[in-house]
Amino acid sequence: MEHAATSIPLSRRKTASRIAWGKIGAMTVLIVTAVIALFPMYWLFANAFTPISGTPPLTPILVPAFKLDNFQRLLGGTKYYANWMLNSLIVALTVTAWHVIFDTMAGYAFAKRRFPGRSVLFWILLSTLMIPIHVTLIPLYIITRRLGLIDSLGGVILPGTAVVFGIFLMRQYIQTLPSELEEAARVDGAGEFRIFWEIILPLCKPAVAALAIFTFVRFWNDFLWPLIVLNKAQNYTLTVGVANLQGEFMTDWGVIFSGAALAALPMIAFFLAFQKYFLEGVRMGAIKG
Amino acid sequence: MASLWRFARKHGWSYAFILPSLLTFTVFVLVPVVWAFIISFQEYSLVRGGTWVTPFYKNYVTAFTQFGGVFVSAIRNTLIYTLFTVTANILIGLILASLIQPLSNWLRTFFRAAYYLPAVTSALIIGLTWAYIFNAQWGFANYLLRLVGLPPVRWLSDPDIALGSVTLSAVLTVPATAVVLFSAAMGSIPREYYEAAALDGAGPIQRWWHITVPLIKSTTLYLVVIYTIASFEVFERIYVMVPSGVGNSTQTIVTQIYNNGFKDLNFGVASAQAFVLFVMIAAVAVLQFRALRSDVEY
Repeated sequence: MEHAATSIPLSRRKTASRIAWGKIGAMTVLIVTAVIALFPMYWLFANAFTPISGTPPLTPILVPAFKLDNFQRLLGGTKYYANWMLNSLIVALTVTAWHVIFDTMAGYAFAKRRFPGRSVLFWILLSTLMIPIHVTLIPLYIITRRLGLIDSLGGVILPGTAVVFGIFLMRQYIQTLPSELEEAARVDGAGEFRIFWEIILPLCKPAVAALAIFTFVRFWNDFLWPLIVLNKAQNYTLTVGVANLQGEFMTDWGVIFSGAALAALPMIAFFLAFQKYFLEGVRMGAIKG
Repeated sequence: MASLWRFARKHGWSYAFILPSLLTFTVFVLVPVVWAFIISFQEYSLVRGGTWVTPFYKNYVTAFTQFGGVFVSAIRNTLIYTLFTVTANILIGLILASLIQPLSNWLRTFFRAAYYLPAVTSALIIGLTWAYIFNAQWGFANYLLRLVGLPPVRWLSDPDIALGSVTLSAVLTVPATAVVLFSAAMGSIPREYYEAAALDGAGPIQRWWHITVPLIKSTTLYLVVIYTIASFEVFERIYVMVPSGVGNSTQTIVTQIYNNGFKDLNFGVASAQAFVLFVMIAAVAVLQFRALRSDVEY
């Protein structure tokens, strides 16, 4: 973009210095924004890694002491923190496994197979895509209650499997795959399920990666529905547990900070490890934020 | 029988492939959507089930009039929050994406990652970090005010300020999706457009305004829609930043649904309020659909 300016020789030096200043200005804006974006999370971690046993100091802690005292009190003093983490892991993994397998199956059927009712069914799925859980909370609660799933992880997991977004993502992706492999396998007498499992699923790796990451992050972070379904402290997922720490440890901020930091840590590590797939997933429309 | 067998042989696998998804979709999405609408005309008890109210719109009247019309304030608060958040998200996303566009690959990835990092954390934790920043006693915001000699502010307990503080926290959370999507959209604009414009003597800002901005219009529209809908649903941030609420000043549509439904077990009224939210979201979706249809630019 910038080279073109050099085609005006008369004001060349002036333009060049203006571009240099422009670049410095742009960099400043980007860096300041990055600092603002990261600061709240950084401050949480700085506090979490500095021993605090009561009210935080009035002069904010900006450089952490890199001590684990708060975490020790968190894991020793809260009865259930480890349970919450395990519960969140179970919920996120189960829901992710469901979506990876069944969304790909449904996406494949809608993309490549012809059957009566296909477009009607697809249209019904599509028309509910925009409806958020907030609209259906009440009947969802009644249904979950009738199924006897209140205060259980099943009550968190099952409604999570009903999110249809992945079906669209997978359908869109599978539509771009050539049909030849599939047809060749069919001619060779391979069964329909084998065709799906051994040919379609492996070809879907990029889309499946985006879907898996999206689903895992979304359900690890989920809050409102687990808050409604789970009652007993040992059944909480991590977000619900962390939200309750503040009531329980009113005066020990070190525990509260370390609890929040430890809840955020896995996703941050996960992001740093799979950054490429995250950004790819956003582009595919899979991840919001 | 024979034809049924043939039908099953031909299409059985197709239905088998969609069956699991369809099953949970029916139980946990389709039925609830219809039922939510029905309950909004009923009084519902977990023990006795639903009974119709008279007149049929009673829950809707109650929804808007109970507790001195707090739901009207909640809608107003939600709209104010949405207006500022969406405007800021789009503008900030657009500016940041434009600024990282000419950078080297390495720097571009670095900044995108820096902006994206907070977005992988749950809204709840993000809300908590902002609650700490705005803590009246030891929060970072009041520390900054102290540094420049200003008196402390009750960011989250002053009814005139609390909603503003929550909104400010959302405005200052970098819109990661917008940066990534704008950046992708800008990357797909052919370079020749810029070269041709430069030959005609257009400066960088003119090129940005006359080429970049119009050509990413559909991305902008998409982002406006998803950010608007997300803002209509604001809950976590409010729940952790102002846990007990500051009078009516920090109620939003979803906190009202939550309070009516799960604190007061007033399912009918909560469903009526949920339906209001549904209509608002549907309106945004329809607007998007119409705007996309009239968009003949590509």
